[in-house]
Amino acid sequence: MAIPLQPIELPDEVPVGPIIGPEENLTTVTDKLAGIVLRRKTGYGWLMGFGLAFCGTMMLLMAMTYLFLKGTGIWGINMPVAWGFAIVNFVWWIGIGHAGTLISAILLLLNQSWRNAINRYAEAMTLFAVACAGLFPIMHMGRAWLAYWLLPYPNTMQLWPQFRSPLDWDVFAVSTYATISLVFWYVGLIPDAASLRDQAEHRWQQVVYGIMALGWRGSARHWQRYEKASLLLAGLATPLVLSVHTVVSFDFAVAIIPGWHTTIFPPYFVAGAVYSGFAMVLTLMIPVRKFYHLESLVTMRHINNMAKVMLTTGLIVGYGYMMEAFFSWYSTNTYEGFMYWNRMTGPYAPYFWCLIFCNIITPQFLWIKRVRTNLIILWIVSIIVNIGMWLERFVIVITSLHRDFLPSSWGMYYPTAWDWAIYIGTLGLFMTLIYLFMRAIPMITIHELRVLVPGGVRSPQPVQPQPVKNI
Amino acid sequence: MPSENENLDLASAQGKLDKAKGPNYWRSLDELAASKGFEDLLNREFPRQASEWDGGDEGRRNFLKLMGASLALGGLSACTRQPTEHIFPYVNAPESVIPGKPLYFATAFTMSGVSTGVLMESHMGRPTKVEGNPLHPASLGGTDVMTQASVLGLYDPDRSQTLNFLGEVRSYASFLTVVRDVLSGPSTKGGNGVRILTETIGSPSFGAQMKAILAANPQARWYQYEPLGAQNARMGSKLAFGQFVNTYYKFDSADLVVTVDSDFLCMGPASARYAHDFSAKRRVRGDQTSMNRMYSIESTPTPTGAKADHRFRMKPSEVAGFVRALAGSVGVGGSPGSAPSGIPGNGFSAMVKDLQAHRGSSIVIAGDEQSPEVHALVHAINGALGNVGKTVVYTDPIDVNPVDQTADIKALAAELDAGKVEVLLIVGGNPVYNAPAELAFAEKLPKARLRARLGLYDDETSALCQWHVPAAHPLESWGDGRAYDGTVTIMQPLIAPLYAGKSPLEFIAILTEDPEQTTYEAVRTYWMGQHKGADFENWWRKSVHDGIVADTALPAKTATAGAIPPAAVGASGSGLELSFRPDPYIYDGQFANNGWLQELPRPLTRLTWDNAVMISPATAKRLDVDTEDQVELKYGGRAVTGAVWIMPGQPDDSIAVNLGFGRTHAGRAGNGAGFDAYQLRTSNAQVYAAGVELRKLGKKYTLATTQHQSTTAKREVARVGTLAEYQKNPDFAREMGEEVPGKGETIYPETFKYEGYAWGMSIDLGACTGCNACVVACQSENNIPIVGKDQVNRERIMHWLRIDRYYDSDGQDNQKAAENPRTVFEPVACVHCEDAPCELVCPVAATVHDQDGLNNMIYNRCVGTRYCSNNCPYKVRRFNFYLYSDWNTESVKLQKNPDVTVRSRGVMEKCTYCVQRINYAKITAEKEDRKVRDGEIVTACEAACPAQAITFGDLNDPGSRVNKEKKEGLTYALLGELNTRPRTTHMAALRNPNPEIGEAS
Repeated sequence: MAIPLQPIELPDEVPVGPIIGPEENLTTVTDKLAGIVLRRKTGYGWLMGFGLAFCGTMMLLMAMTYLFLKGTGIWGINMPVAWGFAIVNFVWWIGIGHAGTLISAILLLLNQSWRNAINRYAEAMTLFAVACAGLFPIMHMGRAWLAYWLLPYPNTMQLWPQFRSPLDWDVFAVSTYATISLVFWYVGLIPDAASLRDQAEHRWQQVVYGIMALGWRGSARHWQRYEKASLLLAGLATPLVLSVHTVVSFDFAVAIIPGWHTTIFPPYFVAGAVYSGFAMVLTLMIPVRKFYHLESLVTMRHINNMAKVMLTTGLIVGYGYMMEAFFSWYSTNTYEGFMYWNRMTGPYAPYFWCLIFCNIITPQFLWIKRVRTNLIILWIVSIIVNIGMWLERFVIVITSLHRDFLPSSWGMYYPTAWDWAIYIGTLGLFMTLIYLFMRAIPMITIHELRVLVPGGVRSPQPVQPQPVKNI
Repeated sequence: MPSENENLDLASAQGKLDKAKGPNYWRSLDELAASKGFEDLLNREFPRQASEWDGGDEGRRNFLKLMGASLALGGLSACTRQPTEHIFPYVNAPESVIPGKPLYFATAFTMSGVSTGVLMESHMGRPTKVEGNPLHPASLGGTDVMTQASVLGLYDPDRSQTLNFLGEVRSYASFLTVVRDVLSGPSTKGGNGVRILTETIGSPSFGAQMKAILAANPQARWYQYEPLGAQNARMGSKLAFGQFVNTYYKFDSADLVVTVDSDFLCMGPASARYAHDFSAKRRVRGDQTSMNRMYSIESTPTPTGAKADHRFRMKPSEVAGFVRALAGSVGVGGSPGSAPSGIPGNGFSAMVKDLQAHRGSSIVIAGDEQSPEVHALVHAINGALGNVGKTVVYTDPIDVNPVDQTADIKALAAELDAGKVEVLLIVGGNPVYNAPAELAFAEKLPKARLRARLGLYDDETSALCQWHVPAAHPLESWGDGRAYDGTVTIMQPLIAPLYAGKSPLEFIAILTEDPEQTTYEAVRTYWMGQHKGADFENWWRKSVHDGIVADTALPAKTATAGAIPPAAVGASGSGLELSFRPDPYIYDGQFANNGWLQELPRPLTRLTWDNAVMISPATAKRLDVDTEDQVELKYGGRAVTGAVWIMPGQPDDSIAVNLGFGRTHAGRAGNGAGFDAYQLRTSNAQVYAAGVELRKLGKKYTLATTQHQSTTAKREVARVGTLAEYQKNPDFAREMGEEVPGKGETIYPETFKYEGYAWGMSIDLGACTGCNACVVACQSENNIPIVGKDQVNRERIMHWLRIDRYYDSDGQDNQKAAENPRTVFEPVACVHCEDAPCELVCPVAATVHDQDGLNNMIYNRCVGTRYCSNNCPYKVRRFNFYLYSDWNTESVKLQKNPDVTVRSRGVMEKCTYCVQRINYAKITAEKEDRKVRDGEIVTACEAACPAQAITFGDLNDPGSRVNKEKKEGLTYALLGELNTRPRTTHMAALRNPNPEIGEAS
């Protein structure tokens, strides 16, 4: 059940600081975090950032409208390459979402209390990333208005989806994932909503946060149930971290196209997802912690830890690339061999080598502690990794399709302005949601951070600690 | 109460009854009914008006006046009432049209004056699809590309729809009045200044009409001009024999063929028959263990050259020298020639030896684009080899009036220039666009006083004529024509003219005493004169019904080539040579507005919507140009701009361009497609122009090709072997690729047993000539939309069936392969895998198997994820990225096959094995309580293929043709190693190279 809420004793070789700044106490934590939402004036920086992101959202809406009016022909997809940006972006966004669930669920189960400071933010990022991701499969369809046919609903034609298709597995995997993430995120939000309600300075704030708090009073019973629910949801979400991207990788692995048809995809996709997810958390967290003066809450320790996760998963991804290359040679299969050779030397070779640079070479710098603790360099590395992971999906989707079995049908794929408009539009939507989130909800879980303060508690009557395995 | 004899009419009877009530009513009714007056009323024919009759003299007169007026009025409204013209359905003789059941009518498609018999499929009065006429000698069931596509021309929304005078709509009557006035005037007495320009005419009735007109107007002149066609062959025969002679070939008796720049397999009115006969001699099956051999000498690569066992490339200026050398070597015209420079190694001597060994069973054939001199030499060679009468047949000309057409157009231009032309009637053609460039026909044409043009389109020529008369499409009017061997077809209309078009016969009738005679009358009257006797009606019915007039093939005549013509002082010299070629699909430009043909990938370049400046790789390197570079071609002071296409197999230092493009008044599809090479083509450089300058413009021009990869990338996807290899190991093709997993080697249980029918197909690469007739057939059968150049460029062409072209570099060094590659064509459509990868991945089960093993696509269920296409290793699925089908143009709707769904946006589609035909046959068979017979279902591609490369049938029927084909060792499953178990298998092509010549040639 509840986990030992004490900071872990750190070995000496990680002298990157504590999990929370020594100057923080119970009052400062609450005031600082609730204050951002309740008392801080909407700054010009926020307005400008939000305005830019909102323009992106509008561009997305416009592009989607045009897409539904004209058809998927406005994109660069064609007959050998029937999947393009939509699928690349879908996989990329889903991958980004993974960090949130990993941080909130797996690290919770593993007693990694440093997660507390980044958990809410990462989880919100997950939700928004999944929202962006979820748009793509629908936009991608030739007849998007019939998307509900992928759901197993009773109908007069007695038709079911075709359950052997990985696309149908996607529907279940992604919708489950989105639901669990949303519930988990919201459950974690309840005590904080109550804090906001209690500290609210306006009537409307009280009403809004009061509704969100669902009558939370902070009683021991509430806390006890809260802990239980969190743990259960963490338990539910944990397999999803693995399953969602595994299922997404099946979209490719189940197909017979060289470059897709490979057993290594599930683990390699999951690692890649976590990799890109942590990169995205870093990309967002480094500036946010600066602008909102959260250095004492999101400390260098967090940054360092996230960089390490990124390095680890980056190495797994690198191993995946190696194995792909190895098997394309070792299998002596003409098509597999050609596929990898074409990736390395064909028309999309610059993308491939760029991907190798971004995803394999760049993270190697993270071995160096000074890189991990240099915010500017780390931020640049995290952006490079984000680009790299997008390129990875591009290379997998496009280069596998554009030259498959029959040379007569080989072709090229060139994204159009609409492809870019929709991709950048979802970035806009994502950032819009992030901006709104930062403005309306404490971006760091107050009650979880309070326990990290030396001697801190989050509830007046701490529940009895119990071992995890009894659950 | 009425008296017995009182006269009654309805009004008075009613008046009488009105007053009565109750029992009185019934009583008076009875009385009334019993009265004689009432009886009269009932029996009178016109109860109301007839009363007038008895109203004295006045009434009767009024009545007659009224009747007269109504008759006159009625007559006015019905004065266009047509006499009955019977047409005769081909296969069925229905008592009435049954909705949903198509009828077939025999007619013919005419090009350059030569007809090919076809059967038109007609749905409820709409012709929708062209099929070959199995009875017709030029078809034998197959069709060529242009014939297949001709039905779209009928429904072309850009066809001219009104009769125009200087752009204003007029009636035909006003046209007749004006022209007749001029014709009856003093200036045109006896036909003075009356000139008629037509294309090559093979129609006997039109010829008879023209002869009658010329006899009645001795001063009138008839000119013929066509930019391509058989002009050179015609002049060559005159050169060789001193008279015009028609030549045709019997490829079914030829073991050896030498082509001199001839694309006889794909071009020309007899190409379907030639492809049929040629491939029959090439098919090694069962008892037939040998095959023919072909040498091709080409100045531009053609599909025929691609089929050749030895292909030699030669600059256009070298061809005549080669033929002269060949003539010398077979013993005509002096000393044996030395090996021409274009043929490496011992190729020439081996070829000559081969020809000597095949006296009487060989053919040397020159292409229509070759000079008369070459044709004359070839006649002499065939004569010397004893082929005449055996494989080469001479007859009287097919044209009713063979002439030197270049001389004709020059003479007309001169007369125009001199102001001697009072009335110029232009029937078809398009001289303003395609007359020799130096004539500047467009400038001279307006010098004729009255210019009237009959044309399907308001095109370049019509724009310069005062009168434009819309022509009836050949499917809208009666007519007649002769096939390549002289066999006559009487063409019957499939539909009334959509836009009140006139046939050529109706149009020139303006010069006769009976300007309003119908085409039906004219044709029928002509043939009445030809077939005298009481049985004419039966004879007529049978001839129209069969699509051939029995025993009208022209008899073979003996003609001996005279002395070898002296070497013409040909255009030679330094610099680049430019040869002008007909486009394989839009021909001389007359089909430029046919979207099917524009978008059909050219056999070798796979180009759509454009022509190109085709240059050999080495020359391109020398000139520092690359594909899609814009260049300016300059010849004789005139220049055109086109884009370069690097063409393997093109001789060095020579350029080839296809004619027919660069139209300005063609319509929405033809305008702006490609560039107009006629602007460089002068009357003395019709075949090729020497000394052409090429200047790089430094700009790029996008060319839309459908195949970007030319080689097989060392994959055994299109298998080719030699006859020797086959004789050594008949299963060589099967053993070429990777091992194919056995049946049952799959993790999925074998749930499907296919115990009823199991449809399958076999495609013989050896027979396929790459002509693409099957692709057009598929397009018209299955309502496949055209997508336009931009979409083709985005790789979204919709053809369900494509003919892949691979340059086979196997066994050749790369340099040689690039310069003169061997080519193989491979038609690929959905192969209907038994373990279909597409079915597994569709999330909504929109593509599933049926009990016969068809891989069906359910359009209504498709949501458009395109996963099926990704997972299809053959990449034969096509997606409606936009709303490609034309749902708006009324005339095009008529062409649609009602048995096939017109697809909407966002759904996937692909080859169905013509499921509508399968189901039609299955229903018929079920009604008759029997199994579907072998050959009863013929897919559109199979039906169209002149070379019979495609066989379809039931795999569960041990005797079916498709099973026989599949048992051959040549059969292999394309990508069979993926365990897809395709129902369509391919058969490797065999070549028969001369062992004396190195395999590399």
